[in-house]
Amino acid sequence: MVSVDGGKSGSLIQVRELDKTYRRGNEDIHVLQGLNLDVDQGDFVAFMGPSGSGKTTMLNLLGGLDVPTRGSVTVAGDEITHMSRGKLTEWRARHVGFIFQMYNLIPVLTAFQNVELPLLLTKLSKAERRKHVEAALAIVGLADRMHHFPRQLSGGQEQRVAIARAIVADPTFLLCDEPTGDLDRKSADEVMELLRRLVDEYGKTVLMVTHDPVVARIAKQTLHMEKGVLVEAGARQEVVSGGAS
Amino acid sequence: MKFARLIWANLVRKKVRLLLTIGSFAVALFLFAILGVVNNAFSLAGGVVSANRLVVTNRTSIINLLPLSYRDEILRVPGVSYVTHYNWFGGVYQDPKNFFPQFVMDPSTQRQVYPELKVPDQQWKTFLNDRQGAIVGAATMKRFGWKVGDRIPLHTTLYGLANVPFEFNIDGVYHGTHPQDDETQFWIQWDYFRENVPQAIKGQIGWYVIRIANPDDAPRIAKTIDQMYINSPNETRTETESAYAANWVKQFGNIKFLIVTIGMVVFFTLLLVTGNTMAIAVRERTPELAILKAIGFSDRAVLGFILSESMAIAIAGCVGLLLAAGAVPALAQAMPGMLPPLVMTPRLLLSGVGAALLVGIASAILPGLGAMRLRVVNALRRV
Repeated sequence: MVSVDGGKSGSLIQVRELDKTYRRGNEDIHVLQGLNLDVDQGDFVAFMGPSGSGKTTMLNLLGGLDVPTRGSVTVAGDEITHMSRGKLTEWRARHVGFIFQMYNLIPVLTAFQNVELPLLLTKLSKAERRKHVEAALAIVGLADRMHHFPRQLSGGQEQRVAIARAIVADPTFLLCDEPTGDLDRKSADEVMELLRRLVDEYGKTVLMVTHDPVVARIAKQTLHMEKGVLVEAGARQEVVSGGAS
Repeated sequence: MKFARLIWANLVRKKVRLLLTIGSFAVALFLFAILGVVNNAFSLAGGVVSANRLVVTNRTSIINLLPLSYRDEILRVPGVSYVTHYNWFGGVYQDPKNFFPQFVMDPSTQRQVYPELKVPDQQWKTFLNDRQGAIVGAATMKRFGWKVGDRIPLHTTLYGLANVPFEFNIDGVYHGTHPQDDETQFWIQWDYFRENVPQAIKGQIGWYVIRIANPDDAPRIAKTIDQMYINSPNETRTETESAYAANWVKQFGNIKFLIVTIGMVVFFTLLLVTGNTMAIAVRERTPELAILKAIGFSDRAVLGFILSESMAIAIAGCVGLLLAAGAVPALAQAMPGMLPPLVMTPRLLLSGVGAALLVGIASAILPGLGAMRLRVVNALRRV
């Protein structure tokens, strides 16, 4: 169960007193202010909030893509905020699966080759890599498209390939930044159903930023962020009854 | 090796641009190799220059002759093993454009002074017994389709011989033992020449070539010979064969400077072209590089990809070196005897590969470092 009061212990992801300040000219912009968050294994959390509220910044900090001004992020016992750039890169390869709004597949690689990318950083043999990639593509329902290039796939299919790439190395958690933001409703529903299955059937932990309340409904819990502070937490049903639909 | 597919896929994503960039490399390397060959030819860096040969010419000018009587005096200088002499015949075969060098030579010492130029013994024997005989280099034989036994008319306007209809029998063919050896010469017997020249020239030769026992003695021997004829009507200039060759090249101007300058301009231009191409290629792929970093590829790995692509282009561009290697024999055939022997040496080819790799690295280093320093968050924000 997700908590934002900072009093919980033993959770998979622990965020404590996280601040992020950008300097623009002479002005300090406080994007995140004293953020606390605890996420357990198997949680599926949606972060909602207006543009500029700090959702993506928080996701970047949780994923080790950015460093906080203050505070700490601990994932599965690893405190990542003081890691060197190189260590952080290694840590990301082992623990984080990224899913972006624009899919960000490598256009000159096939679906198979795109999904294989994270495994190139492991010591798996070619045969083992093939096995893992085929399994990941089967999970996302694209086993028959593995030799297609991104331009030969629909937007929804591209995002499913991106999800396969995110899960193929079996990361500790998935970070999704507007995963349905560029999709039509039908494709968005398919992607969200896929994410739900990853949580329910495979026990994955998913943290997702979205503007779409319909998408947020699929998550187990929704947190609202405003001006760099998590201001509300509730179970999925509470969010729905709160007018998300 | 497991990253090869990723590097290859990125390399061939813009095929036209790739081909043009490889083409730039190939043209530059072709020029590099040809310029290098010409430079080598002029500096006679190869085997035609021997450390144990000295050349004695008239101090005034090479076109001024020297007395034949010097031969025996020079031979008595300690350290001198053999002395031979030459005259420039300057004949025309059918048409002035059919140029090839003809030397009046002394058969009794030729083989001792130039042992690397080989003539079969039987042919040499025939030549010695034939005053109108000639020994011809393999390249000239091939050029004119001559065969041993052919009779070759030559017309020279030098030495007051304009009205003498010279004809020579090809008695043999010489071959060099090094790729750099000149195989275009036409050797004529001294005795036959002397019979025909006016009385005043009968005892005059163009220059001497001396074979010495020990190359370390060259300065002393040269000084001794020049001292012997100081203040005489025919003072001498004695120098090593390489110094003689270098002086000869100076007649053409500062070839080396010219070639090095052109080569540097070519490579600097190539560097700009390739650097620009790599910068564009990296800029286009900024989001993809950011994704690679996000999923765990290190900064060094990203730099490695960029460098690998650039090096692959450079290596592909080495086809220009192969083209040059193929073109050199044709070039040599097109300008027979006008330049020193044109030879593509393995060393020159290796230098070309080295230069290509150097440009490959240099052109990728800035875009590569940019990609290496790329911050994922900033790059993804640009998408």
